[in-house]
Amino acid sequence: MIVLLGVLVVVLGFATRRNPLLVVGVAGIVTGLLGKLSPVEILRTFGESFASSRSVTIFAITLPVIGLLERNGLQQQARTLIGKLGTKLTTGRFLTLYLLLRQLTAAVGLQTIGGPAQSVRPMIAPMAEAATERMNEDRPLPRKVREKVRSHAAGTDTVGLFFGEDCFLAIGSILLITGLVNSTYHTHLEPLHLALWAIPSAVCAFFIHGGRLLRLDRKLERDLVTANAEMAVAREDAQGRSPESTEGGAAK
Amino acid sequence: MIKSEWFFWLVGAVFVIMAAQMLRDRTNPKRHGTAAFWGLLGVCFFYSTWVNEKSLPAEPLGVAVLGLICIGGFNLTGKGVPQTTSESERASLAARFGAKLFIPALTIPLVAMVCAVLVAKVRIGGSPVLEEGSETILGLGLGAIVALAVGMWVLRERRVSVPLHAGRGLLESMGWALLLPQLLAVLGAIFQAAGVGTQVREITESILPDGQKLAAVALYCAGMFVFTVIMGNAFAAFPVMTAAVGWPVLIEQMNGDPAAVLAVGMLAGFCGTLCTPMAANFNLVPAALLELKDQYGPIKAQAPTAVALLACNIAIVYLFAF
Repeated sequence: MIVLLGVLVVVLGFATRRNPLLVVGVAGIVTGLLGKLSPVEILRTFGESFASSRSVTIFAITLPVIGLLERNGLQQQARTLIGKLGTKLTTGRFLTLYLLLRQLTAAVGLQTIGGPAQSVRPMIAPMAEAATERMNEDRPLPRKVREKVRSHAAGTDTVGLFFGEDCFLAIGSILLITGLVNSTYHTHLEPLHLALWAIPSAVCAFFIHGGRLLRLDRKLERDLVTANAEMAVAREDAQGRSPESTEGGAAK
Repeated sequence: MIKSEWFFWLVGAVFVIMAAQMLRDRTNPKRHGTAAFWGLLGVCFFYSTWVNEKSLPAEPLGVAVLGLICIGGFNLTGKGVPQTTSESERASLAARFGAKLFIPALTIPLVAMVCAVLVAKVRIGGSPVLEEGSETILGLGLGAIVALAVGMWVLRERRVSVPLHAGRGLLESMGWALLLPQLLAVLGAIFQAAGVGTQVREITESILPDGQKLAAVALYCAGMFVFTVIMGNAFAAFPVMTAAVGWPVLIEQMNGDPAAVLAVGMLAGFCGTLCTPMAANFNLVPAALLELKDQYGPIKAQAPTAVALLACNIAIVYLFAF
């Protein structure tokens, strides 16, 4: 029973934001000692399982070619591509299209062409906002609506990445599964099988999140109507009240 | 026959070469620690071959792994200023090469798939071309090499040092986080050796009524979700929940398909990542980048999708994995 304290070390370590490497190291040693392994046995387990789980880290081999493409403008080209897509679309349709694109590119290993800094801030959020402004007759958006559009731009990018990347066989999570299972339970799992099993969830993710994004258009329209009405009321109030308030000011 | 160990040596050699470059990079304030980390990792990749063959002892490798944990864990690694192209240079290069830039990137998965599906069946003189059981991994390695050649040809780049430098820049900016998944796999093995699995299994079996497949699947997926929300990392939740429920109950006791159970279980954890401020880089950093007043805006946009997808993942495992 006491060996479960090792699990607690992991949970507490990650939950209190300690350095993950140290959490893993400490949890490994603590669990080993509580499980009555001798220090030499613990070292041996560290060594043997490292040797049999090297496949988890091999995606590093793709970094030179990705680096070469990035220094030659891969991200910029991806932005040009997206820019061509959405000048006449509504916010929801544009984001749905981006969701699909993000899922497909992540599924073939191009996780780095999107992301909050790479694509959402320079590209996706401004284009989604511009689409909403068209809906608002080109007037600037109320703060609440602007925040909602930006949040959805960021959320779409993350959902697309998470539920696309696992269809690629050389991604950390897939290799972690095969590495863990092959070194811990001494069986054999192929990364390709796991990647194929990620496809049903990816399809569900597209329909669920895409459906929500398409409904977002109507929601934004309602929000704009109420926000504009509130603003109009506030303006009238301000106009109606302004003589009084000057009087009040004079009385003081 | 092409052996998987050759490929591990190639990865190890790339790490060692990049470590040598890092050592000479004076723009990196922590160049010694950085070079030590990646150099040691590269050496470990070579040494592991003989540990697997049981011709060299595993204990020194264990010491080296603890060394890596200390170098990375006490923040002794850093990054230099990469010599690379500027934003405007990249824009004009992108305009020049256009969609051709995507060709080398698409080569990697294409070659990997061809290797796993077709080349895996090719035999020369009775023995397979690719080592059995490692087809996908070898496919990835061959894919990366072919893609590099295609990329250098498409972009008319003759110097091998350019992609090596560019790759090193990416390696330095990812830092020790690149090693975390492998160390979590190591932790899973230690959990197993220390008997965590058996302990948790006893608890789970006493909670779960016998043969309640749906309850067990829901417990596994929801457990991945909850642990990920608490820890902010699905990778960390995975060894815990798999030792507790996934492997002993769903796969061994109920004969679930391991690939389906574990792949979808991981995705259930990703649903948790969508909902937690603990995963700051995915949820809080975008809010800051987009200058949102409500830093939980992205989480609010993602949460309904995450909950619906958790239900989908439970259904997928329950319906298709057995």
